Amino acid sequence: MIANSSIADAAQGEASGYNFAYLDEQTKRMIRRALLKAVAIPGYQVPFGGREMPMPYGWGTGGMQLTASVLGADDTLKVIDQGADDTTNAVSIRAFFERVAGVETTTATGEASVIQTRHRIPEKTLRADQILIFQVPIPEPLRFIEPSEEETRVMHALEEYGVMHVKLYEDIAHHGHIATTYAYPVKVDGRYVMDPSPIPKFDNPKLHMSEALMLFGAGREKRLYAIPPHTRVESLDFEDHPFEIQAWEQPCAICGATDSYLDEVITDDQGGRMFVCSDTDYCNTRREDMA
Amino acid sequence: MTSPFLTARRLDKTFVLHAQGGQALPVMRGLELDLSPGECLVLAGRSGIGKSTLLKMVNGNYRISGGSLTLHFDDGELELAGLPAHAWHLLRRDVIGYVSQFLRVVPRVSAREVVMEPLLVRGCDEQEARRRAEAMLARLNLPERLWELAPGTFSGGEQQRVNIARGFIAEHPLLLLDEPTASLDAANREVVVTLIEEAKARGSAMLGIFHDEEVRERVADRLLELEGHMLVGGAGRRDDNDGKFSA
Amino acid sequence: MKRPQLERPALLKARGIQRLYGPGKGCEEIDFTLHQGEVLGIVGESGSGKSTLLRVLSGLEKPDQGQVIYHPAEQGCAGVAGSDAELDLYAISEARRRALLRMEWGLVHQNPRDGLRLGVSAGANVGERLMAMGQRHYGELRAAGQDWMSRVELDPERIDDAPQTFSGGMQQRLQIARTLVTQPRLVFMDEPTGGLDVSVQARLLDMLRTLTRELGLSVILVTHDLAVARLLAHRLMVMRRGRVVEAGLTDQILDDPQHPYTQLLVSSVLTP
Repeated sequence: MIANSSIADAAQGEASGYNFAYLDEQTKRMIRRALLKAVAIPGYQVPFGGREMPMPYGWGTGGMQLTASVLGADDTLKVIDQGADDTTNAVSIRAFFERVAGVETTTATGEASVIQTRHRIPEKTLRADQILIFQVPIPEPLRFIEPSEEETRVMHALEEYGVMHVKLYEDIAHHGHIATTYAYPVKVDGRYVMDPSPIPKFDNPKLHMSEALMLFGAGREKRLYAIPPHTRVESLDFEDHPFEIQAWEQPCAICGATDSYLDEVITDDQGGRMFVCSDTDYCNTRREDMA
Repeated sequence: MTSPFLTARRLDKTFVLHAQGGQALPVMRGLELDLSPGECLVLAGRSGIGKSTLLKMVNGNYRISGGSLTLHFDDGELELAGLPAHAWHLLRRDVIGYVSQFLRVVPRVSAREVVMEPLLVRGCDEQEARRRAEAMLARLNLPERLWELAPGTFSGGEQQRVNIARGFIAEHPLLLLDEPTASLDAANREVVVTLIEEAKARGSAMLGIFHDEEVRERVADRLLELEGHMLVGGAGRRDDNDGKFSA
Repeated sequence: MKRPQLERPALLKARGIQRLYGPGKGCEEIDFTLHQGEVLGIVGESGSGKSTLLRVLSGLEKPDQGQVIYHPAEQGCAGVAGSDAELDLYAISEARRRALLRMEWGLVHQNPRDGLRLGVSAGANVGERLMAMGQRHYGELRAAGQDWMSRVELDPERIDDAPQTFSGGMQQRLQIARTLVTQPRLVFMDEPTGGLDVSVQARLLDMLRTLTRELGLSVILVTHDLAVARLLAHRLMVMRRGRVVEAGLTDQILDDPQHPYTQLLVSSVLTP
């Protein structure tokens, strides 16, 4: 993956005038050093010197900088947004790296070596030779209750995480159950509380003891963090209100899957609707297999 | 006669009024007293001579300027002059009880709770404290409908009965009685006299001020003549410090 | 009768504390010992240094000089066995100090808004310290929340209401419940009845007295109100220009003040 991204790599037909994968080598080295630290301290937010990317914050600039830093010429990149390969955001980012790095791209989860994602983890279990890169809007899980960055850093340092349960308590008090359904906080390797980015809590169990390396990048806040392979990741909960993932009463209307995260799709103006896999590749693969 | 529980030797009290150029105001000189368990010693002297000054010194409200004021326990003496502040509140909890003319309590607390408190601070069971408080209030003929109310709105006589109940309930070995019968009717004076007699019987030592001659006659074992020990400068002051330190 | 045991174990010691922002601004030469179960009042006018001293004592502000020594509970959070052990508050790590503040100490701010989380419900406010100590059972947290709301005379039915919907006096009681829920050994209070209506004050004072007695709390109370000090404090320290000018039994300080400043302070109180 992180191959010798020399100038020679840049000669493979992609846009000229850019370094391989857009970022200059110094920047990529700086980000890789930060990534090494993040891997060494699972769940810990490492500051990095974020660069301007040719798109606004909120479009995945954090994830893109990480992708740019780990991408090698022989990598195959997949980009998903809400589980789909064909949204504007996913298509744009994929096209961007095709152009500035000349790498292969794919929509097949199994064929990708690097997957950049927003809001989902693919249904297909990831392997040790894959890296999943998350786009993160707000990296600080304590931010909702503590506005001061100085204070949240101390809270992390001293493992003062009581307030995380305050949030879950509020959920139960107001809704009768833990109503947090995405960006559901986790504790990584029994130490750092971490925001898994706005993935549905359905995906939280996939973080636990994953074979694949998971990297998280927040462009606006210039923070990155990581879950190395085979790391314990527990979702916070109460003894009498244990963590549960979403479940649906019906299978995917297209592929019939009963084990995947379903999106509700409105089909007409009369309130007709159906539930289909949010992971488009998973859904398509299942249909092809059935055919 | 048993050996004394409280003794005063060459006891002096002087107020220094800094607002008046540091003027020293000696109010007590060379007072001596011996008070035995089961004895009621009544302070005698003309009105306004400053009798409660002595009670306040024994209770720790006034600092001792000279001489000694000593409690004699079976296993040793305790000198009150210079006793550290943190010891006083335990001493008041367990040894020295004070019945003043004026009730000073938190405005909202009910009469019953005011009376229960000296027991509760000793860790007495709440049910037990309540039972004893109610029995005491009943003895003092305080109408039951008042028990639940804060005494702030009570008449002088009613307040005083709450105060007496609070003062006697914990059965302190040393009781300081500052005109406990001042605003009581004959029936309730009689109850107080009985309470004093009971306290004597259990061996409490009492130091009291009684303006009512009849009550004084009945409860006093001895009189302590203050004339000659109390100095004119301290005369005429109210029970609390109102005005004392004003310019 | 046997001589009563009048000595209690020391809980907190101030040794030569100095924290000055400028000449006479802050506090200096502060030495005292707080014993278990004692309520110590620190009185003085604004600017006398009493709030600075409270901040130093309560672990919020390191003194320029001197030590704050705490005797932790047996097998306390500090991991020091035996109550004879001494912890130098500013020599231990920040982690231990903050753990101490969270587990064994409590701080009641003058303005309840400084001590409450206004964005979350009353129940979450009360439960937070328990959650910080590792309580992970929602039902028990809720039961504790309702119990403590009752103890501070708040309607337990309002457990899910936001503190903003409470009056000032109710917010203050909620802050007290939030602080006392973990049964701290030592509580610091900064003008706890300041800013409240007189009728509300009386109720709060009564409650504080009762809770202090029932829980056997040791309290350091900062107030400018001598009437509050009289009702709550066993003994007083009078501060002026950063120094303690007089200390002693509360009744003695108020009835027989020795220092010129204390005499002036006491004589300046209006009595209705």
